[in-house]
Amino acid sequence: MLRWLGRNALRAYTGLALVYLLLPIFIVALFSFNDPVGKTNYTWVGFTLDHWANLFAIPGLLDSVVISIRIAFISTLIATTLGTLAALALVRYQFRGRPATSLFIFLPLATPEIILGASLLTLFVAIGKPPFFPLNEFTILIAHITFNISYVIVTVRARLAGFDRRLEEASADLGADGWQTFWRVTFPLILPGIGAAGLLAFSLSIDDFVITNFTAGRTTTFPMFVWGSARIGVPPQVNAIGTIFFVVAVSAVAIGSFLQRRRA
Amino acid sequence: MIAFLRRRPGLLPLLLLAPAIAWLVAFYVYPAIQMLQASLWSGTLETGFAFSWANAVTYSTALGRYSDQFLRSILYAAVSTVVCLALAFPLAYTIAYRAGRYRTLLLFIVIAPFFTSFLLRVLAWKTVLADDGFLLGPLKSIGVLPEEFRILATPVAVIFGISYNFFPFMVLPIYVSLEKIDRRLVEAAKDLYAGPIRAFQRITLPLALPGVFAGSLLVFIPAMGDFVNAELLGSVQTRLIGNVIQSRFLVNNDYPTAAALSFMLMAGILTAVFIYARVLGTDELETGIG
Repeated sequence: MLRWLGRNALRAYTGLALVYLLLPIFIVALFSFNDPVGKTNYTWVGFTLDHWANLFAIPGLLDSVVISIRIAFISTLIATTLGTLAALALVRYQFRGRPATSLFIFLPLATPEIILGASLLTLFVAIGKPPFFPLNEFTILIAHITFNISYVIVTVRARLAGFDRRLEEASADLGADGWQTFWRVTFPLILPGIGAAGLLAFSLSIDDFVITNFTAGRTTTFPMFVWGSARIGVPPQVNAIGTIFFVVAVSAVAIGSFLQRRRA
Repeated sequence: MIAFLRRRPGLLPLLLLAPAIAWLVAFYVYPAIQMLQASLWSGTLETGFAFSWANAVTYSTALGRYSDQFLRSILYAAVSTVVCLALAFPLAYTIAYRAGRYRTLLLFIVIAPFFTSFLLRVLAWKTVLADDGFLLGPLKSIGVLPEEFRILATPVAVIFGISYNFFPFMVLPIYVSLEKIDRRLVEAAKDLYAGPIRAFQRITLPLALPGVFAGSLLVFIPAMGDFVNAELLGSVQTRLIGNVIQSRFLVNNDYPTAAALSFMLMAGILTAVFIYARVLGTDELETGIG
């Protein structure tokens, strides 16, 4: 009896927890179809497809999306490259100071975003001249690469930890030199891990608000646009863009895991 | 260069690490030092800033002036961490032991919020929790709740928002540590006549503690720096230290005070993390996250 109760209570609880997790995502999508009266979009009025048909009718919205994608793309590329190299060093080699290095790389993840943003702002103000000040897209880019590097290292490292070193030894036994072994054996095997890290970095960058808020100046990324319009009322088009981002991200993850399953 | 490395193989890892470490030194460590220096500045953005050790008085002034917000941040972060823990443990337990073939799907749903914009999620809760929204509205019209009852603009709304946003950071580490437990230990406990509750207390819970610790840290740290939930869901009475830092920096251009406050916040948190890493070891922290 107690067990039956326990099992079903747990089941009911899990259902509630899932609703709790998914409800805001659903609300965001739902209110992109709302036809609000006035500027605020908080109460349901009626269904319309107008905002989807006029996705970029709001001035500045398209620009902000383009800026966000550009920053996410470049910061992902640089952070993933630097992070992957560092992760390789940390997993593959024993050297003095390795535990200290691991801890150091972990620190940015343990620092609240507001402090990362604030300290970068202080740096840029102290430098006080271009290209760092006045703040611009370049300073946002620097900030995003900074927080992404640690995420990439931790992600790639976790994937590398299960790597079978005997495959590389086999390659060496067959006469390949270090360079050939890396490109023909190691790299293809760690590629899914790098891909996962890149995906994470991209989504962290495109959605970052707190650090961007400190390093953006007058540059308006998509989250900055949302923040700016939150006071006067977020237009439903913003919800539509948010929904598109969600669908794209979920598809990317689904395709990624499908490809990986097929390889395995 | 390859030939050179072949003679000195010890250099390769350092070479691989160098770019990332150099970047973090330039844009993580150096800005922190810069911020320490800025906290000892006086002056304004227009007239320029001057450094002097005498400006250390900024710290005590700032602490005195904003102690309410500091204490509120600690309180809200602590409550949010406990709320997350209470909500996350049963969910992580279900995913680890009861989900069967739905495990991957459930894990995906746990991280699904991260695929929607952070600000839009907070604003969505503003819609749900609104005074006449579809949660409170119906309850008020049937008379369960009094008309003046509200959640928005109260501490409850802010804590709710913080808990929601960092909830996955609590679920995942607990799930990872639960999943690693050898279930035969629980069977052994049952063979030794332990009931399900006792087996849970003596086997499952202690072995899940690393996940609980990692999750608590991953919720508490970002919660300490929050200003978005406090700004969008709260009121003047719920301002946190994050709101003060944000407005001192970006609205008032009062860099010295803002830097001093940030530095005190960072120093406090890093001390906590160092103590934590000492007790648990960094590997455990990282497995908790990865």
